[in-house]
Amino acid sequence: MGKKMQISLTVNGEAHEILAEPRALLIHVLRENLGLTGPHIGCETSHCGACTVDMNGKSVKSCTVFAAQADGAQITTIEGLGSPDALHVLQRSFREHHGLQCGFCTPGMITRANRLLQENPSPTEEEIRFGMAGNLCRCTGYQNIVKSILAAAAEMNAKEAAE
Amino acid sequence: MIPSAFAYHRPTDLASAVGLLQQFGDEARVIAGGHSLIPMMKLRMAEVGHLVDLQAVASLKGIEVAGPQVRIGAMVTQAELISHEGLAKAAPILREAALQIADPQVRYVGTVGGNVANGDPGNDMPGLMQCLDARFALHGPNGAREVAARDFYHSAYMTERQDDEILTAIHFAAPAGGYAYEKQKRKIGDYATAAAAVQLVRDGGRVAAASVAMTNLSDTPVWSEAAGAALVGSTCDEGAVMAAIAAMLGDIDPQKDNRGPVEFKRHVAGVILARAIARAWSRA
Repeated sequence: MGKKMQISLTVNGEAHEILAEPRALLIHVLRENLGLTGPHIGCETSHCGACTVDMNGKSVKSCTVFAAQADGAQITTIEGLGSPDALHVLQRSFREHHGLQCGFCTPGMITRANRLLQENPSPTEEEIRFGMAGNLCRCTGYQNIVKSILAAAAEMNAKEAAE
Repeated sequence: MIPSAFAYHRPTDLASAVGLLQQFGDEARVIAGGHSLIPMMKLRMAEVGHLVDLQAVASLKGIEVAGPQVRIGAMVTQAELISHEGLAKAAPILREAALQIADPQVRYVGTVGGNVANGDPGNDMPGLMQCLDARFALHGPNGAREVAARDFYHSAYMTERQDDEILTAIHFAAPAGGYAYEKQKRKIGDYATAAAAVQLVRDGGRVAAASVAMTNLSDTPVWSEAAGAALVGSTCDEGAVMAAIAAMLGDIDPQKDNRGPVEFKRHVAGVILARAIARAWSRA
């Protein structure tokens, strides 16, 4: 057993002090210490993107970040984007446009798509495919995922124009 | 997939980071973005007793373009490199190459310094830096020194960098002329089956200068001086391109692996180099 260290994380706007070994991966701390099971452990080899969370304004694969590296960071998980009663635009859009089948990749997809739309509010289909290349889905063939993100972007832009 | 236990350090200046490497010797490793090192630690193919995280060392960050001279701090991420407009003007080949590395999540954290220092023949930046004739700044217990990228790589994962040295920055002169980084890969996120970095200078319809480097076709990146020489003085016609490819094939030594047998890799290397030369020439 390695010696545990104190790690400060702000997750979905809430400050946490966690005691964990330096070798603990961010995905394990989020799921096991904080009970946030939205980010999934898929391949665990930084290929599939199911564990994607937002860290200091960047999409990262939390299976390939030590919690110690994240000490002091701001993290947003899928739980921070919407709730069952108040779905995020992207969550609603994925439901409406059939952007998921089994749903395993969906938290990572939506967390990544949210960052993509913040950097590029009106992406083309090609830009979405390039920007989502770090997230794999084994069910949908991506067509409806891309459609969901395009629709969410349009809705967010229309809402912004109305305000 | 949990690595063996280690102690974590986050020094805030270079001297402390080098001090930790001296103090813990073989047991210490620096970590930049970690997307090469952490997977190896999880597979327990890399044993690390003391992990020295460089994220808080401010002097390792930043991109400076001062006239023709470019400095890229070792901790600059691929995403930062891609979005830097001054750098894209001074050396557009960097953005073209970086956009072909891994995927968005990896580019947010993966660093240029990690990419060149790691010594993995699959990494794209080492070949590119040979094409640009870049110099790597190293800092160790005896101070700073510089090594040419073309002298840096000895064999896979074995480089000129000593265990107690940290690669701090990359320096090069902004290249003139046309450029291309052409990469053949099986899928997004994969390493190259073959990749070529080409810079060409055009003068009066002829090639005045040429630099050609290849990625993942030997246990080190390959700068093919002979391939460049085959192009210089020509009109970049088919004969000259074929001569450059033949020269390049004499310099690479690909090995059979899950990206294909040797014959296939040599074939792909030729195709990729021809494409890279054509695109660089069209921009020259």
